[in-house]
Amino acid sequence: MGDEAIAVRGLHKSYGDVQAVRGIDLTVERGEVFALLGPNGAGKTTAVEILEGYRERSAGEVDVLGHDPAKRSRAMRERIGIVLQSTGVDPYLTVRETIRLYAGYYPSPRDPDEVIELVDLAEKRDVRVIRLSGGQQRRLDVAVALAGDPELLFLDEPTTGFDPGARRNAWEMVRNLKALGKTVLLTTHYMDEAQHLADRVAVISRGEIVAEGPPATLGDRHLADAAIRFRLPAAAELPPDLAGRAIVTGDGLLELIVSDATRALHDLTGWALERGIELEGLHVAQPTLEDVYLELTGGEAGQE
Amino acid sequence: MSDLRLAIRQVRFTNTAFWRNPAAAFFTFVFPLMFLVIFTTLFGNTEVTLPGPDGQPITVSQSTFYVAAMAAFAVITACYTNLAIGVCFQRDAGILKRVRGTPLPGPAYLSARVLHAVIVSVLLVAITAAFGAAFYGSDLPSGGDLIVFIFTVLVGAASFAALGLAVTAIVPNADAAPPVVNVTILPILFLSDIFIPLGEDSPAWVDFVGLVFPVRHFSEAMQAGFIGTEFEWSDVVVVALWGLAGLVLAARFFSWEPRR
Repeated sequence: MGDEAIAVRGLHKSYGDVQAVRGIDLTVERGEVFALLGPNGAGKTTAVEILEGYRERSAGEVDVLGHDPAKRSRAMRERIGIVLQSTGVDPYLTVRETIRLYAGYYPSPRDPDEVIELVDLAEKRDVRVIRLSGGQQRRLDVAVALAGDPELLFLDEPTTGFDPGARRNAWEMVRNLKALGKTVLLTTHYMDEAQHLADRVAVISRGEIVAEGPPATLGDRHLADAAIRFRLPAAAELPPDLAGRAIVTGDGLLELIVSDATRALHDLTGWALERGIELEGLHVAQPTLEDVYLELTGGEAGQE
Repeated sequence: MSDLRLAIRQVRFTNTAFWRNPAAAFFTFVFPLMFLVIFTTLFGNTEVTLPGPDGQPITVSQSTFYVAAMAAFAVITACYTNLAIGVCFQRDAGILKRVRGTPLPGPAYLSARVLHAVIVSVLLVAITAAFGAAFYGSDLPSGGDLIVFIFTVLVGAASFAALGLAVTAIVPNADAAPPVVNVTILPILFLSDIFIPLGEDSPAWVDFVGLVFPVRHFSEAMQAGFIGTEFEWSDVVVVALWGLAGLVLAARFFSWEPRR
């Protein structure tokens, strides 16, 4: 085993006739934040729960920190932290008691107060879990997963249901984890989350990985044609070489799809300046991660 | 930390949480005592005849009878009913699944739950016994009888706890837990000398129910301690066998994840 925290080859999982996971290969390096991105029902959670040791695989090879998770070895569980999609702790214990309880299960836990600090719950230290808000409980979920000072952290949809502010805080927390040298495997169906957090992203659709890479270059979107959009004053008419390539978008803007954005923009603005025309709303856009994602997943609607 | 120390530590946290949940503490502690007061108030002036040692029937006041019956009821409530319902709620809340993802071995976690229920039972029996001796003229077992009595309570508590864990396998979700668990135990309680003294002339099929299921055996073993009726080891053995069966079923069918 090299520097890989997780290595998966040919992972399959079927429930009767239904194939939830259909041949996944992926590698997560140590110290990396890796995002599994996909619509609900794409097989993300099934795949991750196989890595965590909750489910048995139908076929394939899986290695998590040198262990086969299907063997459910204690040695593996001592080195990982798990934040499940829906999970709970005893509602009648305080935040600090909860972290101390879980820390006690591990051979070399992190200091409970430090963990509480890390997820920004210091003020709620002595408050019972039942009195925490939804967002605070989710942060406690993460704290519980960190109690044992794991090398590898699984985060299954960590911010689903969060308001934008809470979301930003959670992202900050994941960045802190990366700074601590943790490996993080997170699943999400939010494009922006993957974009902000992940070193690498794998898009999973119908049980298969359809694209993988750093968010900036996923699906070669950095090489894709750019769109130049602007509004033309009613009287003006584009020169013929540009007019032939322009289409009118839904909001009344003209759109030019070009492979040579620099030159095309130069031609366009040169022409406009010459005639003293103001191109209202002018901007150049690459396909967003969302565009790529929707194309890759074929607009597959979520199952839930 | 050894698994045993982990389990004992788990018991401490379980206990802390238990006393902070007013509903759990109320139903566990107040229910049996409340029933004791109600039953003795309603029926306390009549007498009931029970088989004594050497086949000589002995007659005691019904309030004395109810001290033994409610002590048995308290153990069954704490270890079977409340443990089963509590575990179902924990399962639905995702607590069990989370524990399953930590290094804490599953058996250590469940042993801690069982151990806590057993401790609560011992406490309940002690309270009921003191209450009974003070107000309803029941005996307090002493000497060798006391050791046998304590042994009976421990075997009963552990066995009903094992059955409580086993029954969670047929409970689909936490909302269904109270009705399902009560359906499995209430009829047997009524037919097993707990709520209603059966005396000498109960129908044969009722006696059969008592013979097969563990509740009447347990309650009669408890009566021996409180009232001085004949103690039979076979009663404890039947209870223990049920407990063993519960353990086997729980080991096979227990679910750590919500069943939905």
